[in-house]
Amino acid sequence: MEKRVTFNERFLPYLLVAPQIIITLVFFFWPSGQAIWQSVLLEDAFGGNSKFVWFDNFSHLLADPAYFASVRLTFVFSALVAAIGLAFSLLLAVMADRVIRGATAYKALLVWPYAVAPAVAGVLWGFLFNPSVGIVAWLLGGIGIEFNYVISGNQALLLVVMAAVWNHVSYNFLFFLAGLQSIPRSLIEAAAIDGAGPGRRFWDIVFPLLSPTGFFLLVINILYAFFGTFGVIDALTKGGPGQATNILVYKVYNDGFRGQDLGGSSAQSVILMLIVIALTFVQFRFIERRVHY
Amino acid sequence: MVENRPIVTFLSHLVLILGVLIIGFPVWMTFVASTHDQATMLRSPVPLLPGPYLFENYRQVLVEGFGRGFSETPIWVTLMNSMVMALGVALGKVAISIISAFAIVYFRFPLRMWFFWAIFVTLMLPVEVRIVPTYGVVADLGMLDSYSGLIIPLIASATATFLFRQFFLSVPDELTEAARVDGASPLRFFWDILLPMSRTSIAALFVIQFIYGWNQYLWPLLITTKESFYTVVMAVTRQSNAVDSAPSWNLLMAMAMLAMLPPVLVVIFMQRQFVRGLVDTEK
Repeated sequence: MEKRVTFNERFLPYLLVAPQIIITLVFFFWPSGQAIWQSVLLEDAFGGNSKFVWFDNFSHLLADPAYFASVRLTFVFSALVAAIGLAFSLLLAVMADRVIRGATAYKALLVWPYAVAPAVAGVLWGFLFNPSVGIVAWLLGGIGIEFNYVISGNQALLLVVMAAVWNHVSYNFLFFLAGLQSIPRSLIEAAAIDGAGPGRRFWDIVFPLLSPTGFFLLVINILYAFFGTFGVIDALTKGGPGQATNILVYKVYNDGFRGQDLGGSSAQSVILMLIVIALTFVQFRFIERRVHY
Repeated sequence: MVENRPIVTFLSHLVLILGVLIIGFPVWMTFVASTHDQATMLRSPVPLLPGPYLFENYRQVLVEGFGRGFSETPIWVTLMNSMVMALGVALGKVAISIISAFAIVYFRFPLRMWFFWAIFVTLMLPVEVRIVPTYGVVADLGMLDSYSGLIIPLIASATATFLFRQFFLSVPDELTEAARVDGASPLRFFWDILLPMSRTSIAALFVIQFIYGWNQYLWPLLITTKESFYTVVMAVTRQSNAVDSAPSWNLLMAMAMLAMLPPVLVVIFMQRQFVRGLVDTEK
């Protein structure tokens, strides 16, 4: 869509877009180009020597079982974050949509976790489950479950998933609630008159009509689990124990900054870029269909 | 409500109250921990109700920092840094994206679509994906350990530009025509007509970007080495990594409370703008 009426100026528009374009070029295109360039170089760890190695970094990466373990872990992790997060927030949103009294109060009480930094969320959950002072770890110990996320990889993953879901639950809740409130009441009333109970009405009417929102949130949650959870992981487990929570985005950081493997890290960055581009593309195709100008 | 079933309504409230309690529990425990002394917090099980040390703990982290050979930086310094960064990112994003959206919508000029797409692709790559090379660029420009290094690389935002573009496209052309007939320059039109009309969009965007800026973690972690530039989120996380050797859980949790408070207050008091911003930016 375009404006019919515009202004005629020669230099002004360039001046107006300049700040944004300059920042984009310097901090976005330039580093992204470098990431792609470095991904085909082999850099000497001790000096400035580097040589062009074509796609060696990529083939090393794809032959590396540790990389595949990280890919698999990332998929498991994001599936868990998306599934648990969506189910929990859908439940809350359906209930909040049902109640007449107190709906705004519940909303106010459920939206604030979004404002907590992921890294701080990690610290809070780490405190609850700390093996020596954590209250939840103590309670679990009382019923015979030994919870020590510092040692057990599976428990570490579970804890990271819980903290990540907690941090993102308000976002999902708000979108689900908005989706529910946009469903025409007349449809639900008609079904009720035909004798459909609340469960039947939910599965046959509300759920299908909510599926666009659900799909949008699914993509957003996967993106969030892939990239937004860096702080949670860094605060809680640093990718450990072993490699148990070393998801792709954390591995880029670990290999690049701690391991000083620039070529390998850049190759990983390039692969991640492709994944984000694919996901963003899916998201936009979907939004285009949904929004009517 | 379609039909009145007291049991179902009761169950709905029950589920919601349980949900609120589960979501609030980590923060409640954090608050409780920040009101006890160190010894109490090391005895298992930890208390579930607040203690008498609230004022003392918060005073110590705010004024003296963690102390005892660990981080000597008082938390108020890191809170100030976070505030500068959050305000800088939010204001910067709003400012540069509103003028670039204005240029793209209200002018016809060569390369216009090229600029539009250049901004559009930034949407696709979060900082996390390209950290190593971006760090290199910032280091080359000598922006490590500075506010400009903390703020400027984060203020290019496609979402904000799109939001303003959408909004400008919905502004009636008659307004532009009237302004032109009256001989107003483009900047005058922008300042006197467009900007006042965009108030609600600006407020919504500002709230979202303030939270985004405050909660940044990876970026300040990379580009700051001096404690005087640490943000509060960084300070909390660094201290939590040291908590096993200096187990002052009470102080750590007081720091965590202070790190959460400003953005949570913004969400609570500006809830309408917050929800609107979230839905508009789909962030």
